[in-house]
Amino acid sequence: MTHMTRRAFGVTLAAGAAATLLARPAAALDLASAKALIDRAIGEVNSVINSGKSETAMYRDFERIFAKYADVSAIARSALGPAARTASAAQMSAFTKAYQGYISRKYGRRFREFIGGRIEVVDAKPLKSYFEVISVAHLQGEAPFDLRWHVSNKSGRDLFFNIIIEGVNMLASEREEIGSMLKQQKGDIDALTAALATA
Amino acid sequence: MSYPLKTGLLQDCGKHWALAGIVSASLAACAGPAPTSEPYDPLEDTNRSIHAFNKGLDTVVARPASKAYGAILPQPVKTGVANFASNLELPGNVVNGVLQGDVEGAGKNTLRFIMNSTFGVAGIFDPAREFDLPQEKTDFGETLYVWGVGEGAYLELPVLGPRTTRDAVGDVVDIFTNPVSNVLPTTEGYYATAAGVGSKLGDRDRYSQTIDSVLYDSADSYSQSRLLYLQNRRFDLGQQPAEGEDDFIDPYAE
Repeated sequence: MTHMTRRAFGVTLAAGAAATLLARPAAALDLASAKALIDRAIGEVNSVINSGKSETAMYRDFERIFAKYADVSAIARSALGPAARTASAAQMSAFTKAYQGYISRKYGRRFREFIGGRIEVVDAKPLKSYFEVISVAHLQGEAPFDLRWHVSNKSGRDLFFNIIIEGVNMLASEREEIGSMLKQQKGDIDALTAALATA
Repeated sequence: MSYPLKTGLLQDCGKHWALAGIVSASLAACAGPAPTSEPYDPLEDTNRSIHAFNKGLDTVVARPASKAYGAILPQPVKTGVANFASNLELPGNVVNGVLQGDVEGAGKNTLRFIMNSTFGVAGIFDPAREFDLPQEKTDFGETLYVWGVGEGAYLELPVLGPRTTRDAVGDVVDIFTNPVSNVLPTTEGYYATAAGVGSKLGDRDRYSQTIDSVLYDSADSYSQSRLLYLQNRRFDLGQQPAEGEDDFIDPYAE
């Protein structure tokens, strides 16, 4: 349904931007806007995947898309887990910045498998205090698989904060990973931030 | 000539199915609760040693072999090997589908098997795909789940990798009750095994980015593998988590 040509995608993006500028009451997040957010994000991911750019250029693009559509600070805080409560504001801001680069590189690398494929939004439904947008990834020579996005507006804007790939939950996986890294750094958040910058 | 062969076969299968029945009955007795998001891993120390062994095996054997397999063979050959191997899984899938009461899945797999074994030249090609008949993958682990057996502990098995107790038992039953290996003569059996290995190498090569990132780039590859396996397996089974124990995290509620 949302497999767009690049032109259609451009039009949608322009329309989306116009809508954002024109009417932006602090309306509660609804199904349509949650779905529209993921439609736009996927449109951008699809165009990067098929752009034929170099891999490093793609990572930069993914990082940009990620920062634009994901609630990076909520994801970073959740990934850090209980340690986030004891960290200072300066530590959190440095960690969030390093984490944003780290996660875009990491997931950017995985997006490589999507080259030549496409992602399609098929459904959306309310889930607890947020929305779940359901999409299907069609990759070359492979059975289509399930990709879900959790979207919230608790940050003041519609942003996604979790991706579930065939049941595998990104936030849960990140918590496990960042928790292990923090343990390796003996609980030192500054050392963890430094390690993330090079990971 | 074929008479003794057939009776032998039936007896053989009968024996295995009796075994399956006993195993399931004893397992069903310990039907467990819905799984929690915190993994149940009482054998973690042993599992971690086996994980280290498996990772070493991947580094020195599976990873390089899969790279060679991926680089040397042309794509149509790799696809043919994968198709052949997955076609041979179908009779087992049909049996498990029936045991789960999944008539539709068993029917689709039967049609797929007939079509690909004939028009698909012994399963090397996949004409059933054109008829929208994908493989409805299943196994005895899923059958046990449908029968109400609990997940059990998390295990990491040598060579085979992550499992739950339920799935490990399922694997054993699947190996002994597989209609194909019970029917195939020795030589053809080797082809089937070789195709299975080839297909696995193809998968290792195809998903190398993701597998490498989990095994070699994560801070704790054991806990990452455990998390990925459990979440993905529960998703495949459509298993509902215990009340309030789902993995859906709300970072705004914390």
